[in-house]
Order: sequence, then C-alpha cells, then structure tokens
Amino acid sequence: MQEVVTNNNNALTLDVAKVREDFPILHQSMRDKPLAFLDNAASSQKPQVVMDALDEYYKKYNTNIHRAVYHLSQKATTAYEKARTRIRQFINAPSDKEIIFLRGTTEAINLVAHSYGKKFIQEGDEVVISAMEHHSNIVPWQFACEERGAKLRVVPINDQGELDMEAYASMLNERTKMVALVHVSNSLGTINPVKEIIRLAKERDIPVLLDGAQAVPHMPVDVQELDVDFYTFSGHKIFAPTGIGILYGKEKWLEQMPPYQGGGDMIRSVTFEKTTFNDLPHKFEAGTPDISGPIGMAAAIDYIEGIGYDWIAAHEHELLTYGTEALSQVEGLRIIGTAKEKASVLSFDLEGVHPHDIGQLLDYEGVAVRTGHHCTQPVMDFFDVAATTRASFAFYNTKEEIDRLAEGLKKVKAMFG
Amino acid sequence: MDELRELYQQVIMDHNKAPRNFGKLPNTTHKAAGDNPLCGDHVDLYLEVEDEHIKGIAFECKGCAISKASASLMTEELKGKTVVQAKQLFHRFHDMVTKEDAEPDMDEMGKLVALAGVREFPIRVKCASLPWHTLNEALEETNRIAKTE
Repeated sequence: MQEVVTNNNNALTLDVAKVREDFPILHQSMRDKPLAFLDNAASSQKPQVVMDALDEYYKKYNTNIHRAVYHLSQKATTAYEKARTRIRQFINAPSDKEIIFLRGTTEAINLVAHSYGKKFIQEGDEVVISAMEHHSNIVPWQFACEERGAKLRVVPINDQGELDMEAYASMLNERTKMVALVHVSNSLGTINPVKEIIRLAKERDIPVLLDGAQAVPHMPVDVQELDVDFYTFSGHKIFAPTGIGILYGKEKWLEQMPPYQGGGDMIRSVTFEKTTFNDLPHKFEAGTPDISGPIGMAAAIDYIEGIGYDWIAAHEHELLTYGTEALSQVEGLRIIGTAKEKASVLSFDLEGVHPHDIGQLLDYEGVAVRTGHHCTQPVMDFFDVAATTRASFAFYNTKEEIDRLAEGLKKVKAMFG
Repeated sequence: MDELRELYQQVIMDHNKAPRNFGKLPNTTHKAAGDNPLCGDHVDLYLEVEDEHIKGIAFECKGCAISKASASLMTEELKGKTVVQAKQLFHRFHDMVTKEDAEPDMDEMGKLVALAGVREFPIRVKCASLPWHTLNEALEETNRIAKTE
C-alpha cells in the first residue's frame, strides 16, 4: 500500500512503505500472518540506524567513560557527551547540565519525587497529580508525600478522558509544592493542555513536572517554550534502546536538590569524613551508566528528525481517524478515551469479551495489541472496566494493519457471540 | 491454530458464557479474593466447609474466559470433596497446566482437563490458576489476597 504525504517544510516526499524498510523487525510473520505491530505505546521498534550505532560502539570503542586517558575511552566519553548535547537540542533545553541520563521515565520521576521532595516538600504541603497518571507518576509521589507528611491531590477527569481544568485551577494554592502531570496519556491518548497547566501553576510559582514518555514519540517538545521545570521521557518509546531515559530539570532546581544515589562519577572528592559532589549533570549519575543507550538514542533522534514531526503528525492523525472509524464499525465496541486532542492511541472495551481473550485471538491474526490495565488502574476504575485492549500506532503503521485489527475483532465478536 | 482451538474449546466457551456457581454463598465459612496484577483479573471465592467437607462453593469473577471458566469448572469439581482432596486436586491442576510432560488422569481430573491446553500459553497459565490459588488462600484461612505474580 502507498500513502504519500508531502512534508511542507522540506518538500520531502515519504511513503510509509519506504519508512517501513528501515525497521527490520516489521518484516516477519507472526502465526503465519504478516506481523501488524500495534503496541507502540508500550515500546517502539528500532530502525536499522539505531542498531548500527549500538553495533559500532560495541565493536569499535566499547570502554568505560569519564575515567581513563587512553584513546578508546576518550572516544566513548566524547560520543556519550555528544549524545547529551544531541538530546538537549532535541527538547531545546538551555544547557547540557540539565540533561540527566537515567534508566527511564520511571527513574526520572522517582529522582525528582525523592530529591526535590526531600528539599522542598514539608508537612502539610500538597502535590497535584491527575486521575489519568501512569502508576509511575503516582507511586513515587505517594512515597514522597508519606515521608514528608504532605497531601496528594488528584485532578479528576471527565467521561471523554480529559482533565477537569476548573478542578485543577481550584486545587492550586500556597501549599502546592509540585504539579506532576502526564503530557499524553498512555491508556487514553489524551493530549493535555500543558501550556495552560503550566501557566496556571506559574501564577503561583509552583514548579511543574511533565511525564512526556507518550508525547515525545508523536510531537516536538520545546522545554523552554513550555517553561516546564522538569520533563521526563524514555528512549525505548522513541525508537531507541531500552534502559535509557531522560530527566530534564531547570538548573536552579537541580543545583539545590540533593543527590539521588551515591557512588562513583557523582563525587568530586571522598574522604571518610566528608564527600563533596560533582557538578551537574554528573551529581545525579552515580556509577557506570548505560553508555550505549544515549548513543543509540542520539541516532534515533537523528532518524526521527530526518523523517520530520510534520510527516509523523500527519500520518498518525490519518491512522487515528481511520482507526476510530474502523473500530466504530465493530458491534459492541466502546472506545475509551475520546478527548478532542488525542495521540494515535485507541483503547477500547468489547462487550462480553475480556481483553485477554481479544489479545490472544488477535495474536492468531498476526496483530499485536496490548491488553490489561496499562499501569493506569485508576483510569480503569473510572471507566468501570477491569482492563482494556489498546492499539497504539507509530508512524510506520498502515491503514491495512488497522483493517486487519478491525477484521480480527469482528471474528472475536463472532466467536464469543 | 490447533492450540488456539484447544484453548478455546467448547467446554471453556460454555463455562465462560454460563458460569456455574456464580454469586455469593449464604453460609460462607471461608473466603478469599484473588488478583492477577498483570491484567486486572479479580476472583472472589466463597466456601462453606463443614466437617472437613466442601458443602458449598461459589465465586464471583471479573476476568477473561480462561479464568472465569477455570473458576466455574473448579467449583463444579470441588463440591462435596474433602478439604484434603481439594488440596490434592490443586497440586494436580498446577502440574497439568505447568508441566510439559504431564498427562492428566481423566478420572481424577474430570472436566478440568479442558484447561490442559493453557500449557502452550505461559502467560495464560496465570489466568487458569488464579481461582486455584484463591482456593488455597481460602482454605488456609489467611483471608489474604491471592496473587499469581
């Protein structure tokens, strides 16, 4: 199939068949059917260029960084720090010092909840999250609130899966020490009005953390334009390896926050009496890090920007519209998450059939979808379902794959009656 | 496709659609709840045990076809059995769904053999065994939430 979209910025013409050639994993059969990979919100596939970057690192300059004086170690250190610069440019952060390499979004949020919490959250203070958060943006704040004697406040959502902005505005007060919200919901697809969220928080000088894990795969993010205090995202959701995640934090906060973990690399000097800490970003990077991760992530970013977010957005919007229409034709199917502003995620409930059974039967059609609570149990409770089935699209997905999903669902419905 | 057919055979589809012993029990002596944190399946199991015999058994379940059918088949199979027999059956069932070379005894296992096919689907073993783990918890009288993880 051919879908041609013109990128207005650089007049490049791409078609999805050509893009798919860059992803070796997509060209295989699953249960004797061509694989339709529709679980991109869980983890995305890697283009050949990312694997090549990893391969080159391990074949040609695999060494530890920031330590030895020999050539290979310097080469690895340079590649690792160049990747930091590349990732900084990607989100338009002002300084490399503000880019902390961690394992993933989860670790990034834990770091902020722990270190910021220790320094800035006192008894009686409040932290604001929302009812659509991933568990990774709930539990770390529960820990912090419990430890500090603070209160966790939860912004409700409406039946479309959108934030109740009035309730949000009314929750902010002089005791609010942090607003920690998801940029794009993983289980509903909702794109939150983050500019307005940040504007309202800034009126009261409240810092804002955004969980950007599901945003970065679909849209460009500019942390300076947003004026966000902390932004977190993971490599593996943007076509880079697992094990690497990013915390962007404004220097003014990171400077004041205590280290998260102790060890090598994060120190300036150590004696048994006193240890002084290294400068940013190393203060938050104890121990030998994932070296190949940032190198692979920089290659993934080059790849994404080569394709261009304009093309990605246009193609994914088409998939979302087409998919919404196709699924609406399936009898007894209810889409969960119908926000006006949505990323290419379709969560749904099929009357009388548990998602587990749907997932199993679709697997036999070669269609890979996610089933379960998607680490958002409060969202499942709100919509009164134990679990949902979720199809999430990346820029390499096709309308034909969506047709196969819809056909598969009709078979499921027929089987379960 | 054969394993899939075996997994979703008639017995399972039937028990999923019309689960037996579904609901609460008036004279519950033992109960437990079971969760599968992976997928949000939840089973509530109610038992009436008298003189070491399972006089009554019922369940409520929010789960997939496999977990619901497994709970339904389990309740049918256990009614009238002794607690000791029930515990033995728990181990037999566990072997049947986890061990590759297990050859379930039709006489002993009855309709439970219908679930032998989950062996081929490691992730679904948890669905099939959730009611049984819940049973174990109920009989231990710990009243804790059983987990398959």
